[in-house]
Amino acid sequence: MTLKQTPLNAAHRAMGAKMVDFGGWDMPVNYGSQIDEHHQVRNDCGMFDVCHMRVVDAKGEGVRNFLRYLLANNADKLTLPGKALYSAMLRPDGGVIDDLIIYFMSEHWFRIVVNAGTADKDIAWMKQQATEFTRHLPTGDAAVALSPASGGKLDRGAPQLTITSRDDLAMVAVQGPNARAKVWQVLPQTKTSTEGLQNFQAADCGEYFMARTGYTGEDGFEVMLPKEKVEKFWYALNKAGVPPIGLGARDTLRLEAGMNLYGQDMDENVGPLESGLAWTVDLKSERDFIGKAALLANPPNKKLVGLVLLDRGVLRGHQKVHSAHGEGEITSGSFSPTLEKSIALARVPNGVQIGAQVQVAVRDKMLAAKVVKYPFARNGKAVSSR
Amino acid sequence: MNTPTNLKYTASHEWVKSEADGTISIGITQHAQELLGDMVFVENPAVGRKLKAKEECAVVESVKAAADVYSPVSGEVVAVNSELDSSPEKINADAYGAWMFKMKPDNADEVAALMDASAYQAVVDSEAH
Repeated sequence: MTLKQTPLNAAHRAMGAKMVDFGGWDMPVNYGSQIDEHHQVRNDCGMFDVCHMRVVDAKGEGVRNFLRYLLANNADKLTLPGKALYSAMLRPDGGVIDDLIIYFMSEHWFRIVVNAGTADKDIAWMKQQATEFTRHLPTGDAAVALSPASGGKLDRGAPQLTITSRDDLAMVAVQGPNARAKVWQVLPQTKTSTEGLQNFQAADCGEYFMARTGYTGEDGFEVMLPKEKVEKFWYALNKAGVPPIGLGARDTLRLEAGMNLYGQDMDENVGPLESGLAWTVDLKSERDFIGKAALLANPPNKKLVGLVLLDRGVLRGHQKVHSAHGEGEITSGSFSPTLEKSIALARVPNGVQIGAQVQVAVRDKMLAAKVVKYPFARNGKAVSSR
Repeated sequence: MNTPTNLKYTASHEWVKSEADGTISIGITQHAQELLGDMVFVENPAVGRKLKAKEECAVVESVKAAADVYSPVSGEVVAVNSELDSSPEKINADAYGAWMFKMKPDNADEVAALMDASAYQAVVDSEAH
């Protein structure tokens, strides 16, 4: 099988990257020391090729109502233009199809960014749901909201919801305390429209879509831009003193920041409530959404917690966790360069309390670990008491 | 790649150095450390443990992955490099200087029969394709 390449493939090789097969993509795992790259982002800034992730535009009248139904988090939380929302997209049985970010640009346009490995599946699901959604709303409030101009009457073929995969766009994440300043140095024309952005807010600057979001626990931008411009942007950032960072450091940064990785910390076989995503699931409002009934009918008996290893060793995914309340499993584990200890996310029985000590089966040994709240590190520092 | 010619090698990427006192020092090769990346943990066998050739006896872990280290020959563990407990990154800095453990081999012929540098280099080259 031929690996898929991003438009930055040649640039990675020129910069000395070690390339690996990442879910069918030929991606840089590091350009030297992964630990140095990690500290570089926490202390200064670095850039990531995230062109493999997919940008999807949902457009049309009533797109907000559609997203209210499609996603577990509530699109109604988005009132300020440009504001972003993190959400899970669920199956009817409550399993997680993907986690994603939606950006509210206008009542006719929401931008969605989904994971690379799930993009095709996600888009097929969204299109199917959009078709059903428009078909099944002949009367009532939703239809009025969907198409106010029609006065509640649904014209055949209208309203239209379009789900468009933006394969013409590339994406680069620039992350770290100095990231925004470096981006403005390279793209000065975007500064006035982006310096007022709050965390988790984006601005459409013509060719450049600038979002103050990321996957590291640091400040910075995720920049979406035309594919043919990305290599020039990448080299310009590098010239401005922003080094490239591989997927290896991206994983330890997100783990320290307590951010889930789809396919490891959750997937279609597990619900958001047992994946540490309860804060993103709105069960209180009267709004119905796909998967809601299943979540209400099946309260979770497990939860996601953080672990810090007390003994020497390294925690890894799939290791079994033994507690006084039963068995659990590590979903993501690694070495934390910031804490200089091994840390993990683990799915454990509900009875396991923060502060408790558990045993983790590592090869032929049982190692002691402490149950902690996460994130482990944010904004350059270890979070206290970890 | 610079593969020292004074050492012996295994297909599982250990290097073996014959010491003047009849013991052998064992570490992992430059190729192995490059594959694994930044080392964060080393677990050595206990001194006094008897090992068979190709037996799993130690573990090296990088940020990325864990890898088993195999005994190159049969024999007894006579020393471990405890410096690597606190500084596993020495393996990245100097793979052929950072020995992990020493053994007294049961049979010197087993050591002599290990791969030389050019045979090992051929193994590495074939893995790259």
